Formats: sequence, C-alpha cells, structure tokens
Amino acid sequence: MATDVHRPVTETVTGPAPEAARVLDGAAVRVRGLGRAFGGRAVIDGLRLDVAPGEFVALLGRSGCGKSTLLRVLAGLDREVEGQVLVPRRKAVAFQAPRLMPWKRVWRNVLLGLPGRPERGLAERALAEVGLGHRADAWPKTLSGGEAQRASLARALVREPDLLLLDEPFGALDALTRIKAQKLVAELWQERGCAVLLVTHDVDEALLLADRALVMENGVIAYENEIDLPRPRDIADPRFADLRAQLLDRLGVEGVHSAVGQ
Amino acid sequence: MTVDQAAPAGAAPPRAERPVAPRTPVSPTAGPRTGPELVPVVPVSAGHRSAPRWLRRAVVPVFLLALWQVLSASGALESDILASPGSIARTAWTLVSDGTLPSAMFVSLQRVAVGLVIGVLAGVLLALASGLSRLGEDLVDPVVQMLRSVPWVGVIPLFIIWLGIGEAPKIALISLGVAFHLYLNVYAGIRGVDAQLVEAGTSLGLGRWGLIRHVVLPGALPGALTGLRYSLATAWLALVFGEQVNADDGLGFLMNQAREFFRTDVIVVCLVVYAALGLLADFIVRTLERLLLQWRPTFTGR
Repeated sequence: MATDVHRPVTETVTGPAPEAARVLDGAAVRVRGLGRAFGGRAVIDGLRLDVAPGEFVALLGRSGCGKSTLLRVLAGLDREVEGQVLVPRRKAVAFQAPRLMPWKRVWRNVLLGLPGRPERGLAERALAEVGLGHRADAWPKTLSGGEAQRASLARALVREPDLLLLDEPFGALDALTRIKAQKLVAELWQERGCAVLLVTHDVDEALLLADRALVMENGVIAYENEIDLPRPRDIADPRFADLRAQLLDRLGVEGVHSAVGQ
Repeated sequence: MTVDQAAPAGAAPPRAERPVAPRTPVSPTAGPRTGPELVPVVPVSAGHRSAPRWLRRAVVPVFLLALWQVLSASGALESDILASPGSIARTAWTLVSDGTLPSAMFVSLQRVAVGLVIGVLAGVLLALASGLSRLGEDLVDPVVQMLRSVPWVGVIPLFIIWLGIGEAPKIALISLGVAFHLYLNVYAGIRGVDAQLVEAGTSLGLGRWGLIRHVVLPGALPGALTGLRYSLATAWLALVFGEQVNADDGLGFLMNQAREFFRTDVIVVCLVVYAALGLLADFIVRTLERLLLQWRPTFTGR
C-alpha cells in the first residue's frame, strides 16, 4: 500500500489529514503547509510540494532561500517543523561534500547503515555502477573529488531509494568532472526510476536533468516550470535557451536575455 | 594618486605619518622593449657539498661526550660530582651482568604497567561517559576539570597517608596522571567529531549505537592515541616521583641507594634507563598510530 512506504517526518500533522491518505497514490513526496523557522525568522513558510514517483525535480533558488533546509526536512534530518511532510521510507541523500567516513574503506562506506550483514558484493556492484569498481578497497583520502562524490552516490543508490535527495552534489566539482557526474546521474535515474529532488543553483544543470524546475522564494515554491525537452538535452537548443532565460529572470538575474538571445 | 588619498574621509583615519610617495609609472615611450635580466635558477644539488646531515647533527653530542671524558680523566670533574662516561659504561655493564638492573627494571615496569592499565581504564570510561551523554558530561566533567587544576605530584603526601608506603601509592600516582591525560584527549576527540559525518550517518540509517560505533569512536581515535602518548610520558614521570618515596626495590630504589654512597655512575645509568624506556613507550604508540590511523589524510607514516 502506498501508506506503507510513506511516513510523516513530523507528528504535528495539521490540515486535512484524512483527505491526504487518498491523494497519496501516485506521490513520492507530499508536503502541505510546511513551516521551519530559525530563531523566529521563518525560512520555510506554508510550503506546498508534490513529487510524483520517478519524477526528477530540480529545486532552484537564491542562496539562503531555504532550499537546503527543505531538503534536510525531507531527509528527516531536521524535524523541528510544522505542517505535513510525507516521504518514502526508503530515501537516500547525497550531500555537497561526499561525507565519506575517512576511517572506512570505500566499500564499507557504501554498506554503512544497511540493515543486517550486507555482503561486500553488494557494495562492489553499486560501485561498479558509478564506475568505481576498482576503488572498493581504497581509503577515502586517496579518492579524487569526483571519485569521492561518485562513491557517495553509490552509497545512496545501494539503499535502493524511492526518493533520492541531492544537495548540490556537483557544486564542488571542477567543470569537466561536473559534466560527467551529471551524465552519470541522468543515466542512473533512468535505470532506477526513483524520484529525485536535486537542490542546485545551476540553472543549466536543472534544465539538463530535471522534468520540472522549481524556484523557491520567500519560504514557498514561488514558481515552477515543466521542462518538456527531449532527452538527451542539448544546451544549444533554442528552447533550452528560452527556458534558461525564464528561470534566470525568476531568480532575479538581470541582463542575461540579450546575452542568451545571441 | 595613492590609496591613502583616495580613501573616503569618514573611513578609518589614515596614518598621517606615512610618507606619501607618488608612484612613478613606467613610461611606455622608453624605447625598444628589452626583456628583463635573466638569472639562472641553480639546482640545490649544484650548490656546495656539505657533510651529511646525520654527521653534522652528531658532532656536538660527540664533542660534549669527549669533553666530559677529558675533564673526568684530568681530574677537573670529580667522580663524586659526575662519573666519567667510561666508568658509567663499566658500571652499566656490571649492573646488567649481576642482575641488579634487570630486576629493578622489572619491578618498575610492573608498576608502570599496572598503573597504566588502571589509569587508561578510568580515563577512557570517564571520557566515554561524559563524551557520549549530556547527563554524563554534567556529572563527570565539572569534577574532572576541578581536580585537573590540582598538580598531581602534589598529592603524594596524601597518598602516603591513605595508602602507606608500599606499591599502592606509586601505582595510584601513575594511574592518576594517566587518567587525566587520557580523559581530556578522548573527551575532546569525541566532541571534535565532524557533525557533518554524524549527520551523514543519521541519513544512512545509523541508530545511536551505530553512530557511536561507526562514526564517533573512530573519529575520536586520533585524539585517544595522542592522549595515550602523553599518558605514557606522564606514567614515567609519575614513576620517577613515586619511586623517590620509600621504595625498597625498582629503579628509584637503585638511585636512592646510589645517592647515599655518592655513586653518580649508578644514578646516570638509571637516568639513561628511564630515558630509554620512555623512548620505547613512544615507539610503541607510534607503531599503534601507524597501524590504526592509516586512513588519516594527514598520515605520513608510510
């Protein structure tokens, strides 16, 4: 049942709860009236969000707009919230920093926190999927930035999540490594079919990967845009440039229209 | 125009004394462009050859040793003040061959070992209690921090009154010194674990015990080993202090006995043994670090 794989992050469910159970079929994330304040200042205020199963959603917003806070709430890492938050039981997070345990070899990092006694082969298959099969025995300190980020991705995917939360996972990578990593995420998402919420401030990244781009502003999802471009996507596509201009406009970046138009 | 003059008047007051020298711009009309003067970068190996490093470092100690021997041989340094290196070496050989030194070392090592075990257990358990729980911190930490300001050597008289003059006060003194060092370092190690890693562990589904086992304790290990190294140094120090008090065997007894008879050679031999054992202890901790901390990014032991 759909209710089996969903559990509220918070106990303080407000709003029409009985009605909610019916709408759940066909949702990987359901957020209603979410509020989160830091020291009296509301960072998230009455936010509403739905993500369909298998949908790739990019969450954009200016720095400090609360997009990372929203991701942490969905990940269950921040529970001091108000409102209703329903997320799949099986979810995984990849952070901007890989956050591998430096004292565990890569394969042990991948298996960390899995229930029971998972065998090494499981980690090796997950690592092979991200092209790191040969580094299973390495210490995290010997990995390059891109490799560490891929290991972190393998650690998330080995949990077979219904919802994958990515918090600017490519932010710290160099430009070439970032392109490869984005491609990898696109491939893995198409194979796995899990819902993805990608927090980013790179508009191109959102347009390359996502089905839908959301812009967060004043504590709510202020704007959203379906990205119905065929995949694989091409930055040179004029419709791509169009969408980029719209999104940049929403993000308050002035004077890019002309630059993009040429 | 200089920066000082360009600064807004309301901003930080400019240092008026500074001489304001107008910058002389390089004239673009200086004629045909000539490159800068080139200077060769001389490889280090091409420089003057010097004696190997170890040889240079050995020069002064060897010289001092020779000077010491010469002063002793010429009678300028009497053996009541300080025995000559040669006679110290002979004494060392005698003490080893007649079994005096080995048995004294055995007794002293035993004291250190027992004191160390008790001190390590106490220090680590207290650090875990206060590092892993708020309640433990509130109960344990203030007490330890208060007692820490008491110089531990100063409690020898109390220990003698409480525990007599046998083994107990010596072992208690060693345990006390060890426990404080280990407590402080393990506690700091636990509290210094990267919060981001703890959060990552939580997001991976680790429970409280899983977090302690897979994230907190390994993260505290470098601090614990640093603490162990300090502890061992402290243990030797405590041994020396403890054995000055009414010991009837062990290295300290050997030294006290030698003092009675102005046997400076025996005293120096004992000092050398203390130093050697201290080095050995340090070597053991270094080996432990090499085995247990291979994962550390800063680790350069291999």
